Amino acid sequence: MTTRSHHAVAMRATAIHAGYPGVPVLHGASIEVAAGEMVAIVGPNGAGKSTLLRVLGGSIEPDAGSVDLFGRPLSSVDRREFARTVASVRQENAVAFRFTVMEIVLMGRAPHLGAFRFESPHDVEIASAALERFDLRDLAGRHVQELSGGERKRVFLARALAQEPKIALLDEPTAFLDLKHVAEIFARFRELCAERGMAVVATLHDLNAAALYADRVLLLADGAAVACGTPAEVLTAENLRRVYETDVYVGRNPSTGALIVLPAAIPNVRD
Amino acid sequence: MNASAGKPVEAAHLTRTRLFSVLGTLTILLIVCAIAGLLFGTAHISLVRAWSETASADHAILFGARLPRVLMGVIVGAALAAVGTALQALVRNPLAEGGILGISGGGALGAILALVFAAKIGGGEATVPACAFVAALTSTVAVYRLAMVDGQLEPFTLLLVGVIFNAFWGAAIMLVNSVVNFYYTHSILFWLMGSLEAPTYGEVAMVAILGLAGFLVLMYHARDMNLLSLGDESAAELGVDVDRLRRIIFIATSIMIGAAVSVSGIISFVGLIVPHTLRLAFGPDHRLLLPASLIGGGAFMVAADLLARVAIAPSEIPVGAITALCGGPFFIYMLRREGRKPLSL
Repeated sequence: MTTRSHHAVAMRATAIHAGYPGVPVLHGASIEVAAGEMVAIVGPNGAGKSTLLRVLGGSIEPDAGSVDLFGRPLSSVDRREFARTVASVRQENAVAFRFTVMEIVLMGRAPHLGAFRFESPHDVEIASAALERFDLRDLAGRHVQELSGGERKRVFLARALAQEPKIALLDEPTAFLDLKHVAEIFARFRELCAERGMAVVATLHDLNAAALYADRVLLLADGAAVACGTPAEVLTAENLRRVYETDVYVGRNPSTGALIVLPAAIPNVRD
Repeated sequence: MNASAGKPVEAAHLTRTRLFSVLGTLTILLIVCAIAGLLFGTAHISLVRAWSETASADHAILFGARLPRVLMGVIVGAALAAVGTALQALVRNPLAEGGILGISGGGALGAILALVFAAKIGGGEATVPACAFVAALTSTVAVYRLAMVDGQLEPFTLLLVGVIFNAFWGAAIMLVNSVVNFYYTHSILFWLMGSLEAPTYGEVAMVAILGLAGFLVLMYHARDMNLLSLGDESAAELGVDVDRLRRIIFIATSIMIGAAVSVSGIISFVGLIVPHTLRLAFGPDHRLLLPASLIGGGAFMVAADLLARVAIAPSEIPVGAITALCGGPFFIYMLRREGRKPLSL
């Protein structure tokens, strides 16, 4: 499954110290992602998963450490060029004003367009293909405010895709989604990794999804990496017990052989 | 990807054709309003006589009074509505507007102080609009800063701070009014109520140039304003320099409000009613909404001013009172709507 050895490193963050005013979050975390690869960042609440993703996305400037994009330091990459290379989808996607789904997805074309320029048929085609990929064709004319949580999430994933990025940074892309949508969203991004060599970094609470879909997993705790490697290397009962401070069961799905992680039973919990 | 993929979604976004057809329609509306504004008034005039006999009273009324007044109405209405649209994009809230955010009040105070002290310091004709601009900008920045909570803009805090500033500037103007010479009190009242009474062609040209300059700056950033609707961080991730965009919108809108206020006083709610109505009708894309507000605002103001002149003729209602009478209930309606569905307009 791993394609890392064949591809260039798309993005690398090394020894990152970062946080918010007065609240340091990351203490020397590092991550790298290669073209065509999907990396999951997992870890307990407050471990710094989203913060690390925001450092990669350029919205938080690290206090120390370096971030580079295809070997170039982030500081040397122009804002709009960065937006053509890296797309981010955050957890919360509030939209002011009643834009249609198509309008939101077309906003992904903005870094490719000059001021006063209208979207060309080519831009519309790219946005339509993005809608198509996330099964949003029929919703194109609807207002985002009218959509369900799952539909809304897909709209923002499609917007990120319309940016035609080489790297996608997804913050909990499947939080609050049902099983079918979780599977579909990961399937779409696996396709994109394979078809376009897109590099994907996703923060995930769901360890089973990380085990199932990611090439590599970075386990964070207290703002630093505890382990990094293939799901089988990282998601061990010992690692998880230590980091999550609760008992876990790690096994194999008897029908597929895939790694599964379950909370271990607590004795007498129902008494 | 799919041959038919483009078809059904074509209508779901702004196209050049739709842009020009909407702007064309609004321009026709503006022309109709402007012609009505020229034709009707307290006195009945003959256009033919006004045109052919330059010494006639009709000529004096049409070219000396009504034409500059209609032109000023168009420009002031256009500027206020475009400013409303831009400020609403900036704060991501359809309740924002120059008057409500206290910017017009700040500008009016600046204009009044300049007027009162200009005689003493001996400033030129540009002193009043320049002071209005500086005061408007100061007020904008102060309101905005005070509404920031942990680096995030709180829309309702912003509205409250704006309302407080508006009242504060109003009180400051009354204070100035009570200490200055009686000679100024009419002008001060005029600024407080908002009126298009008797502008000169020089004033019309000044406001037109400043208003158009500000508008072109806003228009250049129209797509960035769309991206701002996704939130500051998302806009930044799509390549927008958000801090710079904010500063640009502050300066451009303050110039426009400063210019408008220095000739017409505080005309409130135009920047609220016009963008909101147009957004409901044509969608929120600022590449359409900004020019549509410009044209629609001009039409609305000329119509309101016509009403101000003829409603209780031969007396005249300040046009600011007309817009406030329309705008007050409208604002309440929107606030109630917003209460149910925050930020969803």
